[in-house]
Amino acid sequence: MTDLAIQTTDLRKEFDENIAVRGLTLQVQQGEVFGFLGPNGAGKTTSIKMLLGLVAPTSGSATLLGAPLGDRAARAKMGFLPEHFRFHDWLSANEFLDLHGQLYAMPAARLRQRIDELLDLVGLSPYRDKQLRTFSKGMLQRIGLAQALLNDPALVFLDEPTSGLDPVGRRLVRDMIANLKKRGTTIFLNSHLLSEVEITCDRVAFIKHGEVIRVSELKTLVNGATSVTVRASGLTPSVLDGLRRWGKDLRADGNQVTLTVADESVLPAINRYLVAQNVAVYALTPQHLSLEDLFMQIVGTDGGL
Amino acid sequence: MAALVIARLTFLEAVRRRILLAAFLLGVAFLVLYAVGFYLMRQEALPMNRQSEVLNTLFKSGLDNFLTLAGLYAVNFLAIAMGALVAADTLAGEIGSGTIQAIVTKPVRRAQIVLGKWLGFAGLLALYLVLMVGGVMAVAYALDGYVVPNVWNGIALIYLETLLIMTVTLLCSSTLPTLATGGVIFGLYGIAFIGGWVEQFGAILENPAAINIGIVSSLIIPSEALWRRAAYEMTPPLAQMLGVSFSGPMLTVSVPSNLQIVYAAAYLVVALALAVRVFAQRDL
Repeated sequence: MTDLAIQTTDLRKEFDENIAVRGLTLQVQQGEVFGFLGPNGAGKTTSIKMLLGLVAPTSGSATLLGAPLGDRAARAKMGFLPEHFRFHDWLSANEFLDLHGQLYAMPAARLRQRIDELLDLVGLSPYRDKQLRTFSKGMLQRIGLAQALLNDPALVFLDEPTSGLDPVGRRLVRDMIANLKKRGTTIFLNSHLLSEVEITCDRVAFIKHGEVIRVSELKTLVNGATSVTVRASGLTPSVLDGLRRWGKDLRADGNQVTLTVADESVLPAINRYLVAQNVAVYALTPQHLSLEDLFMQIVGTDGGL
Repeated sequence: MAALVIARLTFLEAVRRRILLAAFLLGVAFLVLYAVGFYLMRQEALPMNRQSEVLNTLFKSGLDNFLTLAGLYAVNFLAIAMGALVAADTLAGEIGSGTIQAIVTKPVRRAQIVLGKWLGFAGLLALYLVLMVGGVMAVAYALDGYVVPNVWNGIALIYLETLLIMTVTLLCSSTLPTLATGGVIFGLYGIAFIGGWVEQFGAILENPAAINIGIVSSLIIPSEALWRRAAYEMTPPLAQMLGVSFSGPMLTVSVPSNLQIVYAAAYLVVALALAVRVFAQRDL
């Protein structure tokens, strides 16, 4: 199973009485950008911490890049941007990257070259000798990203990489993810910014109450679920009842009715049905649901509380 | 290798956060005050006329020894406090702030992080002792040409004591928050201090129960016993024969044995091993 970057089986974490992660079972392919979504308190952070060896699982098993959790050779090929990135802020940007490169045991010449490249990439070259405590939140996030990419990793964990970033910074992160993907890097992305996830991810997992409740290709998910708005006259209650067989969440408002359907292929059948029922159809408009709408549908509006 | 990277980082942190500078400046201020005090006491006490040359010489060396050990007593306390202060926040603080997360997820063993920090602090404390012990000795030598006996034994024991407190602090810091760590360490120091006191009274009054209290307290934390042995080592042979040496507010009558030194060293090693183990197994 070497083509899997991450594989977990029933990873579980209990803190005293509290079950943080009930049973995480996941497969992430190599080279994939994988989105990890869920409401606050769903167990996302604990899950990532287990994968990175920060927290020991109560039970279950996992392999990263084919090696068991905590394997140091595998860690040498991984990068991590923590969520509340706090670094030794009395180091300069250059010293900070140098420290982390040394912890990766990178050869000195290679490290120097890599530091120059990455400082350029994240746009911090002019600030390389400034101490991190003088950095803005966005600059810290950029230097944190550079840190996560020092070793040219095969697998990168990004925990809320765009939090604290302005639109320019967010674009930078998005471009960086696209570049990494081109080079075959696997990316595990934990983000609340669903619009970002929608742009960058290949597949997403939804997690709630410490369990994966759905894993799906992002394309299938977003293209699949469609809401249809019909504008027509002659929409009698019995016609509306008949419409329900193609979808759910039917909302009627005078001459307009909205319905969520599984995918676009049912649209012609709906049209034929309406015509057969002597309904005068003025418009039949499919509308893709945003990831945010899907998130609400899948996770529920209770936010998993 | 990674341990050395962390050791260097620890050292650099002390420099950047001006801990080293503050310790140096205050240390120099201490030494200046000490030198003035030394000079004044000597001026007052030495011209007093005594019956014979022998007595004069004895008195002078006794006074010099007393003044040097008084200085070292203060330095010893400062070094312990320094060891506790630098180590208290190191793991607890980095765990609390999350700084540790980007470090332990690198291909390094957690043990290397703990050992690296220990090495860094050991270096810092050695530097501090060189300045402070060296300074006190230099004052005695410059003003009176005096050198305490067994200097190196004394310094080694003081360093061991400082390392011991730093290591126990590191152990607490691997599992407790910073302030709780500080509380535990100063509590332990209090036990060692008062236990040593009771033991000396017990030895003077020949009260076995009081002596036992002292022994138990130095089993709980053997730091004070190391200082008393260090002071004893640096006491002139005549006073040693009389069975007294000056060690701060109390005279040392019951001298800590070699076994107690071995115990203290073993205590340090076990504390460090435990710190490594606790940190390696905890959730971060």
